[in-house]
Amino acid sequence: MLARRIPRALAAARTSSVAPRLSQIRWASTDSAKPLRRTGLYNFHVENGAKMVPFAGYEMPLTYSGVGQVDSHKHVRSSVGLFDVGHMVQHYFRGAGATRFLEWLTPSDLNSLPNHSSTLSVLLLPSGGILDDTVVTKHTPDLYYVVTNAGRREEDLTWFASKLKEWNEKHGDKVEHQILEDWGLVALQGPKSADYLQGFVDTYDGKQYDLKQLTFGKSAWLSIGGVKVHVARGGYTGEDGFEISLPPSETVAWTRKLYKFPVQLAGLAARDSLRLEAGLCLYGNDLDESTSPVEAGLTWVIGKNRRTPGDDKASFIGADAVISQIEKGVSRKRVGFLVEGPPAREHAPLFAPSSSEQIGEVTSGIPSPSTGKNIAMGYIATKYSKRDTEVEVEVRGKRRKAKVTKMPFVPTNYWRGEGVLKQ
Amino acid sequence: MAARLIPRVFSAGLAPRASFQFAHATARSQFLSMRAIATKKYTPEHEWVLYDDATKIGTISITDYAQKALGDVVFVELPAIGTELAQGDNIGAVESVKAASDIYAPISGKIIEVNKGLDDKPGLLNADPEGEGWLCKIEASKPEEIDSLLDEAAYKQLCEEGHQE
Repeated sequence: MLARRIPRALAAARTSSVAPRLSQIRWASTDSAKPLRRTGLYNFHVENGAKMVPFAGYEMPLTYSGVGQVDSHKHVRSSVGLFDVGHMVQHYFRGAGATRFLEWLTPSDLNSLPNHSSTLSVLLLPSGGILDDTVVTKHTPDLYYVVTNAGRREEDLTWFASKLKEWNEKHGDKVEHQILEDWGLVALQGPKSADYLQGFVDTYDGKQYDLKQLTFGKSAWLSIGGVKVHVARGGYTGEDGFEISLPPSETVAWTRKLYKFPVQLAGLAARDSLRLEAGLCLYGNDLDESTSPVEAGLTWVIGKNRRTPGDDKASFIGADAVISQIEKGVSRKRVGFLVEGPPAREHAPLFAPSSSEQIGEVTSGIPSPSTGKNIAMGYIATKYSKRDTEVEVEVRGKRRKAKVTKMPFVPTNYWRGEGVLKQ
Repeated sequence: MAARLIPRVFSAGLAPRASFQFAHATARSQFLSMRAIATKKYTPEHEWVLYDDATKIGTISITDYAQKALGDVVFVELPAIGTELAQGDNIGAVESVKAASDIYAPISGKIIEVNKGLDDKPGLLNADPEGEGWLCKIEASKPEEIDSLLDEAAYKQLCEEGHQE
């Protein structure tokens, strides 16, 4: 799922393409003034040698002792890693109006979404800008489980509260909002995660739920390791995996039970390189309030039946702006790049070849641990956004060659069911 | 008190791979290294310089503390040979998956050699940051600047304080 992280060494470097000094290497994204929160697994991380860093208002594990970012990344790609994503905000929306309410706040076609299914979505502002990206799980038309970014907690909660009040004043089909405060959220990610987790699924009357039934994007409440947990198949790495929501009182013991060979604990560092290889956006880097889903390449989250101007189904917040963008096109688009020489990081400016004309900016970039190439994503003027277009990117004052490339950079490996070819 | 070290880097690094122009200096340094002692100093920016009084040549890289903070180094950008630098000027960058970091000249001078081995094996910076993972050599134009840098004890203290932050 989506975490807000600024994978940067130093906040000051935001404003320039100059790298920080070694003495300033930090993993920072949070106003340092506020006291940092801890997830229920804080002590578990420390016991396991985590390097804890401030992130999105929380102290979160960056890496664990003895395992570098590259090794951790590769372990998730080849085996199974366990991430604490309990900093993310988990919500329930309940009530007869839940579908219509969430179809007002998001452009998704939730009415057609099957029960116990998830979709990536966006909370839109009236401008069409993205307040946050989110994963919405429909259990039934009157019960939704929603996960939003920790780094957008205050903005999202304020938004939900005011929109909920407005809704319930105007409509008979009321909606209730519950925040799952202090609930655990653990992600098991990697090609071996299903086989591994299957061993912990409880057996009743001689029957054991087969996780093969739970395909990518599906959710279920299952009894695993003696606890009834919410399991969603998916994640933020491009690999097969599960996100498991745990009651506060069970989180630590359950996670300890699940942390056995071949599971390796994985932190924010690996999470960032994995999601970028998978072409997934990070709010705060690749998405923000000035970015629309159409520019971000997320037009697919806008339901096909929600794009007719004036239609009742097209009455979501931000509809005017994004529908007009779909019809008329946008001036910039999010695309992937391969970069020669040094990696291009966020805020590196993009130029037309041998020209002083700036045509865009990198929003995330790393040397890819899986491919050995420098990968990046960013926004570029639409006329340069076609695949294989050659452009230039400036790193430390020098122009480097970059080429527009399809994403994901590494093929995704989702479980879409028996006999279904992997992408 | 500055840490005084035997210049093991010099004996390996200043092999006569350097251009003819430096052959004399190289030979001299090898001769002098038999008895000359080099001074190892540090910057608060986690660079180190091993300076040889006799040759006025300093070998530069990043400290073990710095390589640990960076994580797996995957790319090193080095200065061009012949570049003239003032103390504090940018001389290149070291990149890990996690971050890019600029490297600054601990002393003023001219770059006379860079460690080409890092092009293929940037991981040398993690494996041996204070030996095989040297970055470049600089011919000092203001040798007195060495005295303004941190000695080993002062640098260690700085790292410990950094840890407590």
